[in-house]
Amino acid sequence: MSSSTDPLRQTPLHTLHLELDARMVPFAGYDMPVQYPSGVMAEHHHTRTGAGLFDVSHMGQLRLLGPDAAAALESLMPVDVIDLPVGKQRYGLLLNDAGGILDDLMFVNRDYQHNGDVFVIVNGACKVADLAHIEARIGSRCEVIACPELALLALQGPQAVTVMQRLAPGIEKLLFMSGGRFSVMSQAQGTHQQIDIFATRSGYTGEDGFELSVHEKKADALARLLLAQPEVKPIGLGARNSLRLEAGLCLYGNDLDTTTTPVEAGLTWAIQKVRRSGGARAGGFPGADIVLAQLAGGDSAPKRKRVGLKALERIPVREHTLLQDTAGHPVGEVSSGLLGPTINEPVAMAYVLTGCAGPGTRLNALVRGKLVPMEVVAMPFVPTRYHRG
Amino acid sequence: MAIKYTEDHEWLDVDAGCATVGITHHAQDALGDVVFVDLPEVGKHFDAKEVAGVVESVKAAADVYMPVSGEVTEVNEALRADPSLANSDPLGAGWFFKVKLSEPSQLDALMDDAAYGAFSANT
Repeated sequence: MSSSTDPLRQTPLHTLHLELDARMVPFAGYDMPVQYPSGVMAEHHHTRTGAGLFDVSHMGQLRLLGPDAAAALESLMPVDVIDLPVGKQRYGLLLNDAGGILDDLMFVNRDYQHNGDVFVIVNGACKVADLAHIEARIGSRCEVIACPELALLALQGPQAVTVMQRLAPGIEKLLFMSGGRFSVMSQAQGTHQQIDIFATRSGYTGEDGFELSVHEKKADALARLLLAQPEVKPIGLGARNSLRLEAGLCLYGNDLDTTTTPVEAGLTWAIQKVRRSGGARAGGFPGADIVLAQLAGGDSAPKRKRVGLKALERIPVREHTLLQDTAGHPVGEVSSGLLGPTINEPVAMAYVLTGCAGPGTRLNALVRGKLVPMEVVAMPFVPTRYHRG
Repeated sequence: MAIKYTEDHEWLDVDAGCATVGITHHAQDALGDVVFVDLPEVGKHFDAKEVAGVVESVKAAADVYMPVSGEVTEVNEALRADPSLANSDPLGAGWFFKVKLSEPSQLDALMDDAAYGAFSANT
C-alpha cells in the first residue's frame, strides 16, 4: 500500500492526459484522470453511444505459467479455472480463509498447457497484496510473473468494434469474454510502428467493448491512434464509475471487501457447479466451508444481501448512507450510489437484511436528515449489450 | 448594474428586473468538485432565503438559497448536465438560475464587491 507521502505513480499515458486537459486525481496510488473537459456526464453518454477510451493501466496484470497454473489458481477461488477453454476469459474472486473477498479479477486461458499462461487482471488498489497472496499460496506450483511493463486500455461502447475492426481486421469475430493477439499499425509522424496487443472482448461498462493489454512503450502510440478515430473520445474514472454502477457491476472496496462473501455479494453466478457441493471439484478454496454452507441456505444462509436500489425522488443516495425499513428499523447501508446519467435516476447498491432484499421492497435512505424513499430493483439498471454472437 | 453578493456566497447579476444567480469562487473552492446540482422549478415563486436547490460535491452538500424574492424564469441546463461548470466557471457558464425580482428593494441589503471581498476573507 502506498502511504500518503509516497509520490503518485504515473501511467504511460500521463503526458497524454495532461495534453488533453484532464482533471487528475489520486487513485490506487496513481495520478489518474477523473474527467476531461467535456465532463463526467458527457463522457458517460458518449461511451453508451460511441466509443470511449479509458486508461486503466493502474490495474495489475499477471501471468501464471506451468502445467499446474490453472489448478493452482483454482485452489484460491470458488471458480472453475481448469475447464476454461483456451482463449476464453472468466470472472473470478480471490477469497480469504473466512470466505471474504480479497479482490475480484478476470482471468484468461492463454494456453498454459502449451507454453502459454493464465493471464490475470486485478484491481489497482489490491495488486500488491494480491501478488503477495498468490505467490505465497501457489508460488511453488506455478511461475507467478507480475507484468508492470504492460499498460491496459479499454475501448468501450457500441462503436468500439467498428473502430477495432478498422485497425485490426478479424477482431470483430471475438465473442464476449474471449481474447486473442492482434497487431495494429500506427503511422504517427510518418513512421510505421507495429503495436502488438492482447485484446479481450470485455469491460466494465455494460457495453460491448475491448480491453487492450499493450507494452508500456507502445501505450501512448496506441492511445493516440485510437483517439484519432472519429468515434473515440477519452473517458475518465468518474464516468467509469457511473457506467459500471448502471451496469450492476461491483467496485471492490465499495461493494465487495474482506467482510463480504460471494453469497452475500450476490455473485453465486460466478461459482460454477463443479466447485459447489456435489460437484466434481467441490470446495478446495479458502473459506469453502463457510461459502458452501451459505450456498446450502437454511440456517446458514447469509443474514444480509447486496441489492440494487432506485430512489423515488431525484436525490442521489451515496455510499455509507444508512437505510431503514418503512417502520424506521435500521436494515442496511449503501455501498455505492449516484445519479445514473443514462437511466436519469438515482441508483445504488446496498447490503440489506435478507428479509428486505426482495425486489419491490420499499426502504428509506437517511440523506442529510431527510428520508428519501427507495425501492429494491433487479440489476443491471441499464440493459447490458455484450456481444455474445 | 454591479454584481451583488449574499452571505451565503451567492452572486446576483441584475438586468432589467431579472437576476442571474450563481455561487462565488469562494463557495466552489470550499465545496470541492461539484458532482450534482438540484435546480429549482421554473415558474415557481420563492421568498428570499428559501431553499431553492442543492449543490453537492464530493465533500459535502449545501443548500442553495433564493437570494431575493421572485419567480424562477430559467435554470441552467448545461450546469445540470455538467455540474463541474460550477467549479470551472462559477461566475459565468456555471450560473444556476434566473429569477424575476418581485421586491427589487431587497437588493439594497446585499453586499457589493468590496463588502463581499472583506466578508469572504473572514469566513
